[in-house]
Amino acid sequence: MARKILTEHINVPGIETFEVYRKHGGYTAVEKALKTMSSDEVVEEAKKSGVRGRGGAGFPMGMKWGFLAKPEGIPRYLVCNADESEPGTFKDHHLMKCIPHLLIEGMIVSSYALGANKSFIYVRGELMYVIRILEKAIEEAKAQGFLGKNILGSGYDLELVVQPGGGAYICGEETALLESLEGRRGNPRNKPPFPAVKGLYQSPTVVNNVESISNMPWIVNNGGDAYAAIGIGRSTGTKLISASGHIEKPGVYEIELGLSVDEFLNSDEYCGGVRKGHHLKALVAGGSSVPILPAHLITKTANGEDRLMSYESLSDGGFATGTMLGSGGFIVFDETACIVRNTWNFSRFYHHESCGQCSPCREGTGWMEKVLHRIEHGHGSMHDIDLLVDISKKIEGNTICPLGDAAAWPVASAIRHFRDEFVWHITHPKEASQPGAVYQGAMTLV
Amino acid sequence: MTETSNPVAFTPERLAKVKEIIDRYPAGRQKSALLPVLHVAQEQWGWVSSDVMDYVAGLLDIKPVEVYEVATFYTMFHLDAVGKHVIEYCRTGPCCLMGGEDIYGYLQEKLGIKAGETTPDGLFTLKEVECLAACGWGPVFQIREKFYMNLTREKVDQIIDELSK
Repeated sequence: MARKILTEHINVPGIETFEVYRKHGGYTAVEKALKTMSSDEVVEEAKKSGVRGRGGAGFPMGMKWGFLAKPEGIPRYLVCNADESEPGTFKDHHLMKCIPHLLIEGMIVSSYALGANKSFIYVRGELMYVIRILEKAIEEAKAQGFLGKNILGSGYDLELVVQPGGGAYICGEETALLESLEGRRGNPRNKPPFPAVKGLYQSPTVVNNVESISNMPWIVNNGGDAYAAIGIGRSTGTKLISASGHIEKPGVYEIELGLSVDEFLNSDEYCGGVRKGHHLKALVAGGSSVPILPAHLITKTANGEDRLMSYESLSDGGFATGTMLGSGGFIVFDETACIVRNTWNFSRFYHHESCGQCSPCREGTGWMEKVLHRIEHGHGSMHDIDLLVDISKKIEGNTICPLGDAAAWPVASAIRHFRDEFVWHITHPKEASQPGAVYQGAMTLV
Repeated sequence: MTETSNPVAFTPERLAKVKEIIDRYPAGRQKSALLPVLHVAQEQWGWVSSDVMDYVAGLLDIKPVEVYEVATFYTMFHLDAVGKHVIEYCRTGPCCLMGGEDIYGYLQEKLGIKAGETTPDGLFTLKEVECLAACGWGPVFQIREKFYMNLTREKVDQIIDELSK
């Protein structure tokens, strides 16, 4: 069995309660940090661990903490991003629902490290039942003296607030999240200033993903060096992967970074292979935003090396032949999936979720959705394929926040790797627009 | 499907809850309570009318337009009266791979309504939503706080029949 940092106890009956969580070593990191470590020492361990932002961006968390401004007399904030909304991603949902105290413990040691006395967990509003689970866990931790005034007699005070969102993917972008937390529309802010200098209420703020923060209890207990010894190269530690689509065993798995994609996809410990009687056609490895890969680039890189579940190996080959680890939303497509239809679906998603602030994204996502709709429904022209590429290039890099890029990449990559399938939709409009119709030609390439 | 009663006011329990929510934020930052309070409002009235928005603005000491612009941005807030059960159906890619479009077609046929509509008996409103972060258990829909997962035609029958009783 692979090493588990986050999910070792996730299946223990009653682990959602303080009592059972505590029995399994819970809250020892709070005791260790508050009683024996300075806040800077905790930051140092986070830096040593090399743990990278698990929401999708992959930015080193310790380094992000290091940027936090500390002006005298101004409060600092830690905000946990639990707005998990990237299609294909459901790991934070699973973690918070099953073992809420892990996040609470992570929030306490992380808030202590950053000198925050009021911290927020911003959870997407659709997960109201998870919000209730977290609020209950907070009450339990408070009753046991792990939250509130003078925690464990250390003199450190912390209050945790769980904030519901209202149904907006854009609020997963950290500055949109802060706008939302201040009671406004989720329109991302221009940077600079970065949240580390001016974030929530114009105060220095760190925003971290649920999974990132949930690693902190282990890092405090075992040391950043021990964490960095797990994984491969700059992809340290473990990663939660949420696997969906055409596989035998969809679900949330914790893997040691560096595991081969082949083993993750095909072994019974993880996905259990493509569903019986079918074969692999394509993969979206890190949530709907990342480039889709065709079958021959999934388990091997373009150079013929084994593809690994790591930030570096998944991006090997750049966007020409690689992709990204992203949020770990691992969506598997077998030969029954129509790439054009799926691309249209994702495009509709980004159009729906664009906040409307920047015109390249507001207009461009709508155009892409419309053009893809007409191709999928038998009304496309050959010019439309290049038009889509052109629109995607004009969105990418031209918006305040990365939603524009996230909308552009799935379209550009689908055309890059599955151009024949788009052409077939245009040359065979009657067949292609039948319900369930799928282009069969590309199968010969695999 | 009833209109919001007039005058608009939270029940005493909910008003206490709203006060507790406002107290979570630093002084002068009570606007942060807007989304949580709109959720409480929707819990009470089922949807958020302009009267309710004005009432919420008063409670938070902000301008009504500050509530309107937020309530219209976030898709969870219903801006029209809805049925007793609002079915929020995930239409995003991973659910579709698992047969989500077929199940959605079946659900529409069974209820006799399309997205945005309410059954004549006022029992069900159908709403299309984007990814609900439950992709491994798709197809999925949500009714209030509850997730209904791994949907099949048979499961849809059971759920709708149960809720129709």
